[in-house]
Amino acid sequence: MPIATLFARLLVNPRTIDGPAAESDALVQLGERLRQTTRGRLGRSLAIREVDAGSCNACELEIHALNNVVYDIERFGLRFVASPRHADCLLVTGPVTTNMRRALLDTYEATPAPKWVVGVGDCAENCGVFAGSYAVVGPLSSVIPVDLIIRGCPPTPLQLLAGLIALIETSAGRSPRS
Amino acid sequence: MIQNDDAPFGLREFLARAGEPQSRRPWPRVVLDRDQWLGLRDLLKTVDWSFLAIWAEDRIVHAALRDEADGAIGIVSLPCPTNRFPSLGGMRPGALRMERWIKDLTGLVAEDEPDTRPWLDHGTWRLERPLSSAPEERPADREPVPYAFLAAEGPGLHQIPVGPVHAGIIEPGHFRFTANGEVIVRLEERLGYVHKGTQHLMRGKLPEDAARLAGRISGDSTVAHAFAFARAVETALDLEVPIRAVWLRALMAEIERIANHFGDVGAVCNDAAFPLLHAECGFLRERVLQTAQLCFGHRLMMDCVRPGGVSVDLAEEGNAALAKLIPELRRAFAGVVAIYDSKASLLDRTVGTGVTLPALVHRFAAGGYVGRAAGRAVDVRRSPGYAPYEELEFEVPVLPEGDVNARVWIRIREIEQSLRLVEQILVHMPSGPIEVQIPRRGGEGSALVEGFRGDIFTWIRLGEAGRVAACWPRDPSWLQWPLLEAAIEDNIVADFPLCNKSFNCSYSGHDL
Repeated sequence: MPIATLFARLLVNPRTIDGPAAESDALVQLGERLRQTTRGRLGRSLAIREVDAGSCNACELEIHALNNVVYDIERFGLRFVASPRHADCLLVTGPVTTNMRRALLDTYEATPAPKWVVGVGDCAENCGVFAGSYAVVGPLSSVIPVDLIIRGCPPTPLQLLAGLIALIETSAGRSPRS
Repeated sequence: MIQNDDAPFGLREFLARAGEPQSRRPWPRVVLDRDQWLGLRDLLKTVDWSFLAIWAEDRIVHAALRDEADGAIGIVSLPCPTNRFPSLGGMRPGALRMERWIKDLTGLVAEDEPDTRPWLDHGTWRLERPLSSAPEERPADREPVPYAFLAAEGPGLHQIPVGPVHAGIIEPGHFRFTANGEVIVRLEERLGYVHKGTQHLMRGKLPEDAARLAGRISGDSTVAHAFAFARAVETALDLEVPIRAVWLRALMAEIERIANHFGDVGAVCNDAAFPLLHAECGFLRERVLQTAQLCFGHRLMMDCVRPGGVSVDLAEEGNAALAKLIPELRRAFAGVVAIYDSKASLLDRTVGTGVTLPALVHRFAAGGYVGRAAGRAVDVRRSPGYAPYEELEFEVPVLPEGDVNARVWIRIREIEQSLRLVEQILVHMPSGPIEVQIPRRGGEGSALVEGFRGDIFTWIRLGEAGRVAACWPRDPSWLQWPLLEAAIEDNIVADFPLCNKSFNCSYSGHDL
């Protein structure tokens, strides 16, 4: 049965969609700092460590979707790694709960420089619906330096992809597709 | 005093004898005195009443029970003028962590609670006892207080600490394994890392605003939690929602169930080193989410269910897309199931792994696929039931084995049943308005909704101006997480991801 399925797959068109263009406002956010520090350094590859700092898990579901056959994130040189020690970039979700603050700081410390932080979701930007809670520290940028925010509740896989492609294309010193 | 000599003795009868209900929305809630509460606790030694939830307000504790004999549900309350109440945890172990939840949030103490360690509060919150009448302020940026894990001692034992930041793209929690070589002797979970103060944030909000928080209790169950919240509010207000909204809610709930089961079946196979099925299931999940986007404007259908009805109607275009999608999913998934069932190397990993015994599942009253894969045939769409499921045909699959394989098969069968349900809902979808105005008045109400993970129990009290005074949403994970600790015993460390994925408990839903 699997063999038949595999053969059948060879005869149909790929399910993977074309990648989106890099988001222009994301590029503005990245700014000169990224351009200067990353040019030529990483080539076109980026190792990403995902950290849930208090999300409701919706952002995780959509980040997961990036790995499915439709979005297939690895073809862009973007790869999720198991340890911050292997990572160039932290992808952080959630409003940063007080109970996750220490673990997030430790993870940031464990990531070798040069490193970038991408905040995912409205919670990472401004704590979203959890703003003002006794159990929330504050926006991600109040805990660690942030290079890029990908907005949405949760952002769709396409929005995530656009943001990350912007990051990598800028970091490789290439001009983004318009 | 409660007499317990005349059998058979039902929960209904117990409540009728105990006193006049304070509320009947939708189940009777009776206030007990301390002797009656102790009598009930004594009675729980012999009667088959399962435990749904225990929660608290200022100086009063409430517990919801279900009589397994006839499905009757009742709520008992005990005023606690001295901020103490006799623990139910000794009789119903599912109550243990919830009593720690109550203590952390309200300061009410379960007197003979065997475990006095804080649970959700790691010592970092800016408020101590945030839901009590007199919370205490704490300085910001406090470091977490060290946690005393239970000891496991013996020659050759070693500990493996894992988390809160895990290797995969999953939520944070800490697992403390004690292993003897490869074999796990004890797993102790430590949760609470993603506690966001959701219940505190809900207080003082209008129901439609608090519903946005309910939809973010656990993102994978956003429809189910918003559904339970909305029904609890509507019960409290004695509000009838338009019939089309009722059917649209069920449609969204079934779409959510299908999408999550696809994701988890694939993920279990992936953790058993069989990525082909992960790829196939990931594609099917994506098809469902894309169709949800087309139908309701959001891939996860967040904020679509709200008190009074639903916020978005199903357009003709969405209807057609769904009708086309169902046979496509059914055909493709049959291929996935055939592969799963024919690969000895895959079944070798899932059969007999991570067994939960039916007796333990029954004691914890665990719902969803965790319960139904171990003989507990409870689905709240059936009993107590809610609209529109009484008009729909579906089966509730149950298996006795309680292993990873059984949990996978329950999900497979539930996908098939949910596909059937979606078809029926599309055929019989009534027309009409999708929302009514919410009246601004007080009341209390509760609701049970079957999410993909199991039954969600939500209780709410609205103040006189119609704003949320208190809300306790109990995610199914509360009664499933403890069973994972039992399921993993005597399994090898390498099978933990497999077992964990087959449970897929929610961290955020539990931590709130």
